Amino acid sequence: MGKARKIVLVLTVLMLLAGMVRLSGHSMAAEDKFKVGFIYIGPVGDAGWTLAHDEGRRFMEKQLPWAEGTFIESVAETAEAERMMTQLARQGCKIIFATSFGYMDYVQNVAKNFPNVKFEHCSGFKRAANVSTYFGRMYEPRFLSGMVAGMMTKSNILGYVAAFPIPEVVRGINAFARGVRFVNPSAKVQVVWTNTWYDPATEKEAAKAALDAGADVIAQHQDTPAPMQAAEERGRYGVSYNSPMSHFAPNAVLTGPVWNWGPYYVNRVKAAREGTWKSEDYWGGIVDGVVGLAPYGSMVSDKIKKAVADKQAEIVAAKFHPFAGPIKDNFGKVRVPAGKTMTDAEMLSFDWFVEGVVGTLPK
Amino acid sequence: MNALKLVFEKREAVSPAYKFISPLLAIVMSLVLGAIFLLASGFSPLKVYYYMWWGAFSDWYGISETLVTSIPIMLCALGVALAAKMLLWNVGAEGQFHMGACAAAWVALSMPGAPAWQVLPLMVLAGMAAGALWALLPAVPRAYLGVNEIITTLLLNYVAIYWVEYLVHGPWRDPVSLNFPLSAPFSDAARLPFLFGTRIHWGLVFALAAAALIWFVLGRTKWGYEVTVIGENPRAARYAGMNIERNIVLSMCIAGALAGLGGMAEISAIAGRMTRQLSPGYGYSAIIVAWLGKLNPWAVALVSVLFGGLLVGGYSAQVIGVTAASVNMLQGLMLFCVLATEALGRYRVRIVREVARAGKEVGVDG
Repeated sequence: MGKARKIVLVLTVLMLLAGMVRLSGHSMAAEDKFKVGFIYIGPVGDAGWTLAHDEGRRFMEKQLPWAEGTFIESVAETAEAERMMTQLARQGCKIIFATSFGYMDYVQNVAKNFPNVKFEHCSGFKRAANVSTYFGRMYEPRFLSGMVAGMMTKSNILGYVAAFPIPEVVRGINAFARGVRFVNPSAKVQVVWTNTWYDPATEKEAAKAALDAGADVIAQHQDTPAPMQAAEERGRYGVSYNSPMSHFAPNAVLTGPVWNWGPYYVNRVKAAREGTWKSEDYWGGIVDGVVGLAPYGSMVSDKIKKAVADKQAEIVAAKFHPFAGPIKDNFGKVRVPAGKTMTDAEMLSFDWFVEGVVGTLPK
Repeated sequence: MNALKLVFEKREAVSPAYKFISPLLAIVMSLVLGAIFLLASGFSPLKVYYYMWWGAFSDWYGISETLVTSIPIMLCALGVALAAKMLLWNVGAEGQFHMGACAAAWVALSMPGAPAWQVLPLMVLAGMAAGALWALLPAVPRAYLGVNEIITTLLLNYVAIYWVEYLVHGPWRDPVSLNFPLSAPFSDAARLPFLFGTRIHWGLVFALAAAALIWFVLGRTKWGYEVTVIGENPRAARYAGMNIERNIVLSMCIAGALAGLGGMAEISAIAGRMTRQLSPGYGYSAIIVAWLGKLNPWAVALVSVLFGGLLVGGYSAQVIGVTAASVNMLQGLMLFCVLATEALGRYRVRIVREVARAGKEVGVDG
């Protein structure tokens, strides 16, 4: 007993000494680099939303060797967000990306205190002289993924595991449903809410509920691949989101809308350094490369791929819009007359479902 | 059959020296264990600890943010501690916090043009009343029917959080905010003022006043004496003619009012509007804080500040690349060590070799 204790003690002391050596050996070479801050809502290992942003950060660092990114993950949308952005600014970050909607008011507060730091808020709508907002027209690839799902379904019931009843998610469901019904007018999209962004267990259960209701393709909006894994276990198909998720469910994932933030981050960091940065409202589409489709699974036929590629070309050429009228809501009322297309403001405040969606929204 | 068995024997008295050393021992223990883990995951422990300390306590900004974080924890923990004095487990501070915030928000949203001297006192009253009512719900069945308050207070947390979800997704949703789940922002008059040019707000004054009041009431008044006696020996209290039921209801309501005040202060000073994510679990941290502070109001206040520092410092460690999960692990390790040294102070642990007594103890497994 005494001997063992001594050994443990000696080992511990040695480890601590080793730690000190590492500390003193750590160089501060990063000091001169152009500092870029990121705050993330989830862990970088979420395989979804946060991972996509972090891949954007890494892409930016690779493209711009003079820039150095610092990120803080799992930052709650509370007083903590304001503190973390303040700390990043105090540590010399020249531009800070806040990558969740709920950071909005806190971005404004910090931006007031640091007028020389540029802020970029993802998915929000409040801007200032040093605050930009940025997001992507995810409804475009959502529509395309809906086409794939609509052509693959046998039961004509598609499950949609939805996060929160906010405009962004509703827009995604509607775009998906428009894509599905474009190729398969008799199919229905069954919505299951989870009220989570990152809760694998809940999201898997929600997907199972949709599968039990007869769905044979599962689409999702959360940041984890759990709904895809549920589809895989039941031998059904899935349409993933955020990042390519096929390695989590290789037999299930048909494709999925994905984010590609890298080029945008490169542009904005470059502009901040060169002094050409201006406050703006960026909403990029497939044409800008900020959104797109993940690689197809092997079960998707060339015929389907061709149909989707043709439609994508029309979207890129601005010849087709997923929310061009006539559009009825799911009670049969005409919301967008023929010949009209929804405006950005209308799409950004979606609070109704299009025809073919089975589900309810809080009023 | 021989078997090794751990036996916990209660010590007759906790030695005074140990009482003093145990928190230090706990900190050293957790730092050493944490260092091993950090080294294994490729970080320099000294650097990580330095950053944690740097973020929470090294300068005025860090200290002010540590205090900001400690305010909701302190108010909730004081309530939890007061109830715990009567051996009541108020696990519901989180829900009481949310209901307090809700009621305060309701006042703020319904009086958009009112001056601060009208709206702020009403928000305080509404917040405390809502918290107290939310605690009254489990308190009455506990007092008169003996319904276990651990379960009822815990479950009511979910009800409160879903109530907030309902409000921000439904009737309180601000149409100007593009249908996002947010209420309209409060008027400036409904914002609790900040102090010293930091984010420290009047909530700190409320919390310290509450600590002083509880300290005074527990130590200097007849009611405080009753609470202590009921907690230590309910039978004796009953025999002495004390009204236990009434005191259960009363102390739970005060606990709820304090948590509700915490919710009011947080939403009024920090958030400025009703949102989905008001608390990262302040009401649950409060339970740990109350017990680490040994239910003494001043100690609870102090531990709240240290806990706030742990939360603030944890985020700072991420700046050098430590993952959020590792930081959570370090925070958990520190709490675990504190509780372990506490247990070791109260109990003596012995390893006993059980020798072939199995013949008599048929059916005992092992």
